[in-house]
This record gives sequence, C-alpha cells and structure tokens, in this order.
Amino acid sequence: MTFLSDSALDRLRAAADAPDLSGTRYQLIDKLGQGGMGGVYRVEDTVLHRKVALKIVSAFDSGSELADRLLHEARVIAQLEHPGIVPVHDVGTLPDGRVFYAMKLVQGQRLDHHVAGLETLAERLRVFGKICEAVSFAHARGVLHRDLKPQNIMVGPFGEVLVMDWGISKVLGKAEANSSGELAVVGTNHGTVLGTPGFMAPEQARGENVDHRADVFSLGALLHFMNSGTSKAIAAISSKAIAESPGDRYASVHDLSKDVANFLDGLPVSAYPESWMTRLGRWADKNKAWLLLVLAYLIMRTLFILWRAE
Amino acid sequence: MPNDTRIGGDKGAFPTTRWSLILASRSEQAEERHRALEVLIAAYWKPVYKYIRMRWNKENEEAKDLTQEFFARLLEKGFLDSFDPERAKLRTFLRVCVDRMVGNEEKAAHRLKRGGEMQVLSLDFASAEGELRQIDVAAPGDMDEFFAREWARNVFSAAIEQLRADCEAKGKQIHFRLLELYDIEEGGKDLTYEEVAKQFGLKPSDVTNYLAYARRELRRIVLEQLRQMTASEDEFRREARSLLGVELP
Repeated sequence: MTFLSDSALDRLRAAADAPDLSGTRYQLIDKLGQGGMGGVYRVEDTVLHRKVALKIVSAFDSGSELADRLLHEARVIAQLEHPGIVPVHDVGTLPDGRVFYAMKLVQGQRLDHHVAGLETLAERLRVFGKICEAVSFAHARGVLHRDLKPQNIMVGPFGEVLVMDWGISKVLGKAEANSSGELAVVGTNHGTVLGTPGFMAPEQARGENVDHRADVFSLGALLHFMNSGTSKAIAAISSKAIAESPGDRYASVHDLSKDVANFLDGLPVSAYPESWMTRLGRWADKNKAWLLLVLAYLIMRTLFILWRAE
Repeated sequence: MPNDTRIGGDKGAFPTTRWSLILASRSEQAEERHRALEVLIAAYWKPVYKYIRMRWNKENEEAKDLTQEFFARLLEKGFLDSFDPERAKLRTFLRVCVDRMVGNEEKAAHRLKRGGEMQVLSLDFASAEGELRQIDVAAPGDMDEFFAREWARNVFSAAIEQLRADCEAKGKQIHFRLLELYDIEEGGKDLTYEEVAKQFGLKPSDVTNYLAYARRELRRIVLEQLRQMTASEDEFRREARSLLGVELP
C-alpha cells in the first residue's frame, strides 16, 4: 500500500474537500482560509483573466442551512455597494452541489495583523473611522453585520478598509420601525446565538432580538482592541459603546465615529469631559507646526519692535 | 497492487450497506462476522501497531505480539458488543481497548500463557515499522491525535489504491496521474495547469476536469470507507467533518 507522508496526507485531505470547478469559468489556485460556513479559495477567472476569491459552503447540498446562509450573505453584500464592503461578482452552485459566490480578491492584511504595524494612535483611529463608515452605510440600508471583529476586517496595501463576512448579518425591516425608533428584525431565527464572544453584544449573546446598537457594541470592543489602553478619552468612548444596556450606548455608529473624529480634531468628546487645559494641550499638540510658526513670528516681531525702539 | 496484509481482502471488500460492518461484526454467523472483522482489522492494524510502539514505548517484537493479541480478541465473538456508538466513536473505543489491554500487566502474562492457541494474523509489520521511521514522531504530545492521524493515513492509503485500480479499470490513468502529481508528490502544486496540460497533451480545462473527477472519486471512496467504519449517521458526519472538513447533506 502507498505510504503517504504527512504533507501528502494533508494535501489529499484538502484535495478530497477541493471544490469541483469542472465546467465553470474558474480554475483553482489555492485555499486562502476556512471559516465556520465554508472555505475561501483563490481562483483564476478564465474568462476575464483575473484572480478572484470564491467563498464556497462546506455542505454538499444546495438546500442546506449553510447554503442558505451563504446565499443570504451574497445577496446582502450585493445590496451594499460601498468602497468599504467587498463586492460580489457572481453566485451559483458547483457541479458537486456546493453553493458559492465570487468576490473581489482582497490583497491585504487582517485588521489584527495590520494594527500591530501601526505606530500612532491617530493612524489606528483613522482605520477605525473607515470601518465605521462602512458599517454606518450598511445600517442606513437596514443591514446589521453582527459579527464585527478584527478577523473580519481587511486592510489593503493602500490603506483601504474592507468589512468582510456578512454571513450572519440581519436585514432589518425599515417599514417596521416602532415609535422608539428601534427596528424590528425580519425573518430571524430568534433565540439562535451567532457571533463571537468578546465582540458580541450581551443581548446578542442571550439570543434576543438586536438592533444597530449591537454593532455599536462590537465597534466599541474593536476600538478598545485598537486603543490598547493608551488614551483615556478613547477608553471612555469605547466604554460608552460597550455599555451593558443598549440604551446607554451611542445611539448610532455615526455618533460613535463623530466622538472619535472629535478626539482626533482636538474637539470636545461627549464620553469624556476634559478640562479646558487638557483640551488646549491636545489641540496644541495637534496644531504644533502652525503654533510654532505663529510663535516664531511673534518673537521676531517683538525683537523687531524692541530693536526699533532702541 | 501489492496488499501488505492478506486480511481485508481485495480492494472492493468494503461492504456496500450502511453500518453493515458493525452489524456484521455482531452477527451470529461466524463467516459473516469474520469477514466484517477482517475489514476492520485491515483499517486499524497499522494505527494500532504504531500506537502501541509510540504510546506504550514497546519494542518492535513486543508491539507485534500485542497487536496480534488485540486483533485475536477482536475476532472473538462479543468483543464489539460493549461498543455503544451513542457514547464514543469506534476509533476512540478501539484505542481505549488497546490502552486497557496493554496497560494491564495481568493480561500481558495471560498473553504469554495462551500464546499457542492464539490465531496469528498475517500482518506486514515490516512495512508499518518502515512507515514509523518516515513519520515525525519526535514528540507526539497528544496520542489520541497521533492514533487519529495514523488512522487517517491508513484510510487515505487504502482509498488511493482503490482509486488507482478504479481509474485503471476505466481507462482513466491520466486522471489518477494528475491527482498523484498535484496532491501526492512534493512540488506538484507549483506547476500551473498550462504547464501540466502541455506535459500531458491536454487542454488546461481538461486538467481542471480530470483533477475534479479524481478528487471527487477520492472523496466518494473515502466517504464510503467512513460509512463502513462508523456506527451511526452522527458518527459518520462527525468523522467526515474532521477528516475532510465537509458537511454532508
């Protein structure tokens, strides 16, 4: 009997799970990763001569729950045309019965890896701002992500930020907004807990209905992760976003991102009342170059006046 | 194809009915029971031998005796009666049985006593020993994982042999050769489909289609084996998920 080395065994295990792309326009290159729903593969689109990514569900049944979830994800993303959300090109079923969708091949790093290489807090917060823009855009179209975490966010080589993995997103019914402004969830499996501990809002972990403030919570946890305890103001913003009760959190992603932007601009931050001296110091720090120029001008002017007076 | 053991029969020896292996191993009819157990032994003897060598640090000869002893007991009626598929995988059950047997010094003494009466199986221990020398077992911290990996190696080795024979019978040698090139041989993955197509006188799309066929057949054979080696639908699905990462309909 053929002896299989460890590496050959690993290759064969992967090969037996490899998607059947026969008769399709795609040619398999390699596997990029494996998630709970299925695998992501790098393939060549032989018609357009470009590389794309195929997300393929691991169930060999186009009617399975996983397949439904993948289709749901593809349809949700297709509705969200935004630079911060990866575009879907195609969707279908492979000859082996597995459902797939094709999307842009994102070249870049996961947020957790990318953040490690950023030196300043300002750089990190600018990335956070872009994540908020994409999520806020989705909320405006009635879509909750519900699984925001560093592993689901990619940062490209030119600093572009892409929010990925919309597999457990929820589409909210805009027409069903109640008097309190909360949106009722349409077509959910109420009671099913999906998400990632640590980044998941408590009400989501309890399997309750959630609204956009569940994503505010996850973004607060992301902000905490990106802050690494270096700024008290950012820690306060993050704490407000991850408040136990949704009512104590920021009312929207926009409000959260506005507070972060205010911090970057040296303006008052709602979650962290600062003394005017502290704020002045932060403003001075941000406008250091301009201040030095004014100061230099004033000194020169004073010296000139004194010289003229003599 | 050279079989390294006479037990287990020909390549197509896996029963075709679901769960028939476990049911047949409990049959009142000795012949049916024996045949089912032979298939079981073919799938497990190497993992058991290697496990005894590595987990129990036994010398070659002693490990051979203990392996023979274990499977001789398996051939005795009633050995698998205590197996409850609701509580454990068959693989886990067998490993625990090996541990119990080897760990029991009294049983070892008994083994020496009964020696002559024991049915001796024809197992190619030299090949198993040769394989052990090729495996990185410097520090197999988790022996359960080691046993599972050796079992997976055996399942895939047998599947590859069956696939080779099937492809030969159907005149699809190139299909098998492409699988060998890409998925078994080192460095095959570095070749582009265009390069391979030129080498075999095919179109690049043929390479996609032929490889897809061979991989699909490999998956089918492996799943067929898993069906035989598991005792419930749930165990089958769990094994398929852990071995291939697939969710079955």
